[in-house]
Amino acid sequence: MSLTLSEVMRIAALARIAVTPQEAEAVQAQLNGIFGLLEKINAVDTSGVEPMYHARDVTLRLRDDEVTEPDRRAAFQAVAPQVEAGLYLVPKVIE
Amino acid sequence: MKWETVIGLETHVQLSTRSKIFSGASTAFGAPPNTQACAVDIALPGVLPVLNRGAVERAIRFGLAVGAEVRRRSVFARKNYFYPDLPKGYQISQFEAPIVQGGALRIVLADGAERAVRLTRAHLEEDAGKSLHEDFHGMSGIDLNRAGTPLLEIVSEPDMRSAAEAVAYARALHALVRWIDICDGNMQEGSFRCDANVSVRPRGAAALGTRCEIKNLNSFRFLERAIEYEARRQIAIIEDGGRIELETRLYDPDRDETRSMRTKEEAHDYRYFPEPDLLPLEVSEAWLAEVAASLPELPVARRERYVRDLGLPAQDAATLTASRETADYFEAVVAGLAEAEPGGERPAQAKAAANWVAGELAGALNRTGVEIGASPVAARALARLIARIRDDTISGKIAKEVFDAMWAGEAGGENAADAIIERRGLRQITDAGALERIIEEIVAANPAQVAEYRSGKEKAFNYFVGQAMKATKSKGNPAQVAEILKRKLAG
Amino acid sequence: MIDASISELAAALAARRISSVELTRLFLDRIAGPGAPLNAFIAVDPERSLAQARAADGRIAAGAAGPLTGIPIAHKDIFVAEGWPSTCASRMLANFVSPYDAHVIERFNAAGAVILGKTNMDEFAMGSSSEASWYGAVRNPWDTGRVPGGSSGGSAAAVAARLAPAATGTDTGGSIRQPAALCGVCGLKPTYGVVSRYGMIAFASSLDQGGPFARSAADLAALMNVMAGFDPRDSTSLERPAEDYARELERPLAGLRVGVPSEYFGAGLAADVAAAVEGAIEALERLGAEVVDVHLPNAGLSVPAYYVIAPAEASSNLSRYDGVRYGYRATEYDGLIDMYRRTRAEGFGPEVKRRILVGTYVLSHGYYDAYYLKAQKIRRLIARDFAEAFKGCDAIVGPTTPSVAFRLGEKVDDPVQMYLNDIYTVAANLAGLPALSIPCGFAGGMPVGLQLVGDYFAEARLLGIAHRFQQATDWHRRTPQSFA
Repeated sequence: MSLTLSEVMRIAALARIAVTPQEAEAVQAQLNGIFGLLEKINAVDTSGVEPMYHARDVTLRLRDDEVTEPDRRAAFQAVAPQVEAGLYLVPKVIE
Repeated sequence: MKWETVIGLETHVQLSTRSKIFSGASTAFGAPPNTQACAVDIALPGVLPVLNRGAVERAIRFGLAVGAEVRRRSVFARKNYFYPDLPKGYQISQFEAPIVQGGALRIVLADGAERAVRLTRAHLEEDAGKSLHEDFHGMSGIDLNRAGTPLLEIVSEPDMRSAAEAVAYARALHALVRWIDICDGNMQEGSFRCDANVSVRPRGAAALGTRCEIKNLNSFRFLERAIEYEARRQIAIIEDGGRIELETRLYDPDRDETRSMRTKEEAHDYRYFPEPDLLPLEVSEAWLAEVAASLPELPVARRERYVRDLGLPAQDAATLTASRETADYFEAVVAGLAEAEPGGERPAQAKAAANWVAGELAGALNRTGVEIGASPVAARALARLIARIRDDTISGKIAKEVFDAMWAGEAGGENAADAIIERRGLRQITDAGALERIIEEIVAANPAQVAEYRSGKEKAFNYFVGQAMKATKSKGNPAQVAEILKRKLAG
Repeated sequence: MIDASISELAAALAARRISSVELTRLFLDRIAGPGAPLNAFIAVDPERSLAQARAADGRIAAGAAGPLTGIPIAHKDIFVAEGWPSTCASRMLANFVSPYDAHVIERFNAAGAVILGKTNMDEFAMGSSSEASWYGAVRNPWDTGRVPGGSSGGSAAAVAARLAPAATGTDTGGSIRQPAALCGVCGLKPTYGVVSRYGMIAFASSLDQGGPFARSAADLAALMNVMAGFDPRDSTSLERPAEDYARELERPLAGLRVGVPSEYFGAGLAADVAAAVEGAIEALERLGAEVVDVHLPNAGLSVPAYYVIAPAEASSNLSRYDGVRYGYRATEYDGLIDMYRRTRAEGFGPEVKRRILVGTYVLSHGYYDAYYLKAQKIRRLIARDFAEAFKGCDAIVGPTTPSVAFRLGEKVDDPVQMYLNDIYTVAANLAGLPALSIPCGFAGGMPVGLQLVGDYFAEARLLGIAHRFQQATDWHRRTPQSFA
């Protein structure tokens, strides 16, 4: 398998990473190198094998429904790129 | 061609937990922006989600209430997409193994007919923040207070065939989630939000048409109008030889129309995968049993009991079970009546209670915007009032006057009705001798009307009733008055 | 002092032969002086460190000291610490000062340890050479023309060069063990769930695990006694009784069965590395251990499975870096989507972007089953291989890396060659098993690491084996010449 240039651009768009047309071919070549390595898994017969999504086979611990977090807006927004009136500002969201 | 509309609803129900689904921040509505967005909610580097037991418990309550399968082991997944109100760049949701699978909601239509709408699933997920589009120098403002509020997304099968059915379903669901105490139901604050999947097909066709998803339906009225508009729009397109595009549309209540929401800049690819930060959620049999034991009697069960044990008509039973508070109030009135007239006939008492709760009381509540739980006329006080009608102390008409006085707070306590009746001297005149004397005077004073009546104009009878009530200041027992009048007029 | 073990330092502090302030200054001076060319640190803040040292001295004077009170410790810049830059070596977080502490940092602070600084690393822990840093490459103290390994290269180099008595790191596919091996120090990756991930900037959530670097197994045990522990803020943190990781240090090796998997001694392994590792296995045998053959038939699949799973999780974990709430935001853009695209194109380095793209692809519609799901099934096969192997042995031994440290720039443009450095380490992460690396010899003047992999929660046993080995050998005491 190898990724086409348009597939590279499609995943870059999905991942919200700008890839210039000049970079695209180099990225494509590197990704195809990596997928060459990953190919190996395709040949393995895994029928009947349960996927292992977690390193340990345990179940979830739950938290009691209590409010424990105080307002720390000032500290959090001290590191924000742009804020006004307590809001994070972003380029206009177009609906 | 005859067309049929096919509707399925996806409802986002905000669960009434104190804290968020994956963090200890408050879920209270209306706080200043971003003051209830903690490190987890704003997705600082290094933070991790921890699931709120209260949210799971509410999902279980719902599953049990709709007779669904509550999965003993469910899985959280990440739904990946970029949006400024989604701080992590993914929403934690459930995808392949939702906590609630199947079930059905029974709804009552306007004609009293009952139907079951099947549910596909209900899953837990987190709400997003809000984008505020008012102008900040051409930018949008992001408030993440809502981010992480627990949601139960309830998905129905495409079982509804009209906007009215969809509204009946939405109302029944709204009533149920409030009934079982998992959601405050406040639609203005966004606690209960519907999206509708609408398609049309020629009547009798088996295959479903292409559907459109309509968003932003934050009232039952908008839901109804949006579906009606959308069905008309789709039919018009098909009849013109066009095709329906699978898309998301937004309802605009100002223009009463739906419009396409997203430009096709890219197809959605949410890249769902199991959330590695959360292990599988297990619900033990013991927990399930504990939740089941804590559930109140459900609306359907109450409805059936009202019909079966109290002999109420189905429509009355449905009205009285619109909310748990209403049903509880009604039952308190019935209990009060049973106490006031031991030995009285149960169905008659229940019917009288039903008429008052769904009639006079509901009217007053509606007019004043008061919740039934805060009604100035308590259930037992209302029961005493009804008892006074039933024992002929006052007439139904006078009872309305007494009710208004009770509502206005003229007297309090369980015996408010009696106090008002006494103070205002509203007790019925049932003394036959006294009534006969009054009526004899009226008959004697109105020879022309007597003649009219005797010549066959039955309507003249009403004139005499009016005169008699006027003379008794409405306190004459209506049945007695009619009986005496008939006798006297017969000459 | 710079060669002293943690227990020796604690004794010196307790006896008031040295104060924590003096000790902290000593190491701060080494970082700024001889250590500077290594580029092992992203941030030092003498004022903050010395304030902590003063507080520790007060605690020691009050007789309330614990084993780590007053000991300066360097932390990988993946652990957020309140008031410290917490950058993950990324331009994306270059301006990020954390408003909160990681659980690991809280534990060290509570123990009275001093934060000596934040160490350099591969950006977002993605790399095996510590070259992929916004702050420039880290250098190997044994040969500054070579890499220290990665991703926790700064921590490994700092401990090797005596710039810190001990350090923390994280290990997603070998990021503690591989740099420990290449720098000639000791590093432990605990069982998944033993060290809280809260405040440890996520790379691949189901694989990430924090752990210590030190110069001896005994020191690792002392560090683990502080780092490990249940944390309700991490849903994958295991709720178990506290344990003393030093409890098996003195246990003799008689009766121990060490398993040697033939799959770890195949064609990819450099001959001089193999020789050093075989020498170490013989040393274990002389100490009383029984050497047995074990098999890990799916070992060859661990690198490809890992390089599907880790990028997949990473692609999602790194979506939060969008220029909205903190971190880098591009200066020029045209609208919201362009702001995202440019912020992420400019804020992330090439390797991080490559992994995000790979991860996005393997999760995308139509490829999920063939890659992500398949890899998670292979992960189960790999975990089963270990379960099977541990029926016949108590620990698995082998090389940590296929070769000694390579030259700077040698593999930077060849991701596949870079990934193959992880061939012996990633399996333990996939299975969630504890594993450590200790120095076991030299090849061409560069250190060689011996890897020990144990069954779940066998950290204390692994540390015991390593300690007995270190009592019989002196590889771990070797110091790079320019830093002695």
